[in-house]
Amino acid sequence: MIEIQDLQKSFGDFRAVDGVSFSVEPGEVLGFLGPNGAGKSTTMRMITGFLTPTGGEVRVAGTAVGLDPVAAKRRIGYLPEGAPLYPDMTPRTLLEFIAEIRGIPASERKARIDTVVAQIHISEVLDQRIETLSKGFKRRVGLAQAILHDPEILILDEPTDGLDPNQKHEVRQLIQEMSKDKVIILSTHILEEVEAVCTRAIIITEGAVVFDGTPEELKGRSPSGRLDEVFREITTAATPALG
Amino acid sequence: MKNTTTILKRELRGYFTTPVAYVFIVIFLLLSGIMTFYMGGFFEREQADLAPFFFFHPWLYLILVPAISMRLWAEERKTGTIELLLTLPISTGQAVLGKFLAAWAFTTAALFATTPIWITVNVLGDPDNGVILAAYLGSLLMAGGYLAIGSCISAVTSNQVIAFVVSLVACLVFILAGLPAVLDFFTGWAPQAVIDTVSSFSFMTHFNSISKGVIDLRDVIFYGSLIGCFLLANTLILDAKKGE
Repeated sequence: MIEIQDLQKSFGDFRAVDGVSFSVEPGEVLGFLGPNGAGKSTTMRMITGFLTPTGGEVRVAGTAVGLDPVAAKRRIGYLPEGAPLYPDMTPRTLLEFIAEIRGIPASERKARIDTVVAQIHISEVLDQRIETLSKGFKRRVGLAQAILHDPEILILDEPTDGLDPNQKHEVRQLIQEMSKDKVIILSTHILEEVEAVCTRAIIITEGAVVFDGTPEELKGRSPSGRLDEVFREITTAATPALG
Repeated sequence: MKNTTTILKRELRGYFTTPVAYVFIVIFLLLSGIMTFYMGGFFEREQADLAPFFFFHPWLYLILVPAISMRLWAEERKTGTIELLLTLPISTGQAVLGKFLAAWAFTTAALFATTPIWITVNVLGDPDNGVILAAYLGSLLMAGGYLAIGSCISAVTSNQVIAFVVSLVACLVFILAGLPAVLDFFTGWAPQAVIDTVSSFSFMTHFNSISKGVIDLRDVIFYGSLIGCFLLANTLILDAKKGE
């Protein structure tokens, strides 16, 4: 469904993403791990067409994102880093706008919005201005707009950041429920999240993939079976100077 | 087209859910009133026309239109919503056009709020309403030109103050191009063709004839192509920024 080949992105002299390749099929929940600044968000931004790669290619359902960005974007639901939303809108007007621009037929919009609002539990803030919402609610509204059109592909940049433990649990459950027939790529700093929801983990450091396998394989790398130890070992080995 | 309309509706709604619209319209009416009655001597002239009203529009827009256009893209970049907007299944051009048309529709609303002065002049005398209508259309076209320039400049930066100041200066250049002070600088040494070219880029030159009631196709084409060019540049800048 998503094929990424030798993806590269430079900002001036800085190589943010340096030859990343992988592909993801429906049913997979891919956890994207790595230290801050490793290139996770930059990679996601190239998949969603927000950034143009310096080199390499992203193909979504066989179509190159660079050639037909609108077709690719139609299949994707995206929660950008920090869940940016229009502060002067309410969750309701925002979701109505997204539903319209995502081409959900007018007759189905209300039902679809109701479903998502119930799934994400944002009914109590539906008519409050987004700028007055707490971080957790903003994140959930961001998630709601990403899944509104029931996309085949979900790209979630730190979906549980800023949520309390109960909300984190709910979002993880939601991701698992949706994962059957979708491609889901999520980035996270929380290693237990990878264990809880991901079928596959990719660790990137300095713009390159340093691990690609199941969470179990990742755990197997450490004698103690602790993910944080393996993570530290893998991500600092490549950058001894920063270690 | 449908996507453009959806963006337009969202944007336009944004103006009226924040104080932006109300503050802008009040200031616009206040300033145009001061300019018409005090600086333009609307009553002293004892003529039934709106010439003193329209005369100051290029200068009024110089300050007020960049205040509208500065936020078009700079604010999206600052708040990060540009990432939400440009990853929706729309083309960059549709987003640019939708936001521009919303801003233009909003300035139309502000201009429409000045129609009491049109009614007043009809009560006081017997003006040529055709001339006034033409002047309104010319004023709208000119506002569109300012907006397109401002929108394009707003796409370059995430800082609204920079967007405002640079847009103001850019629009000033387009105004001044037709003034004798600038043209005199060229007269005497530059060939007439150069002077004509400089003057042909002037907002003033193209607005003056329309405000006198003469809708010349060339003036309409001037503003139309100016808007088209700057919106195209706006789109190209946004796309280029994705690759930076």
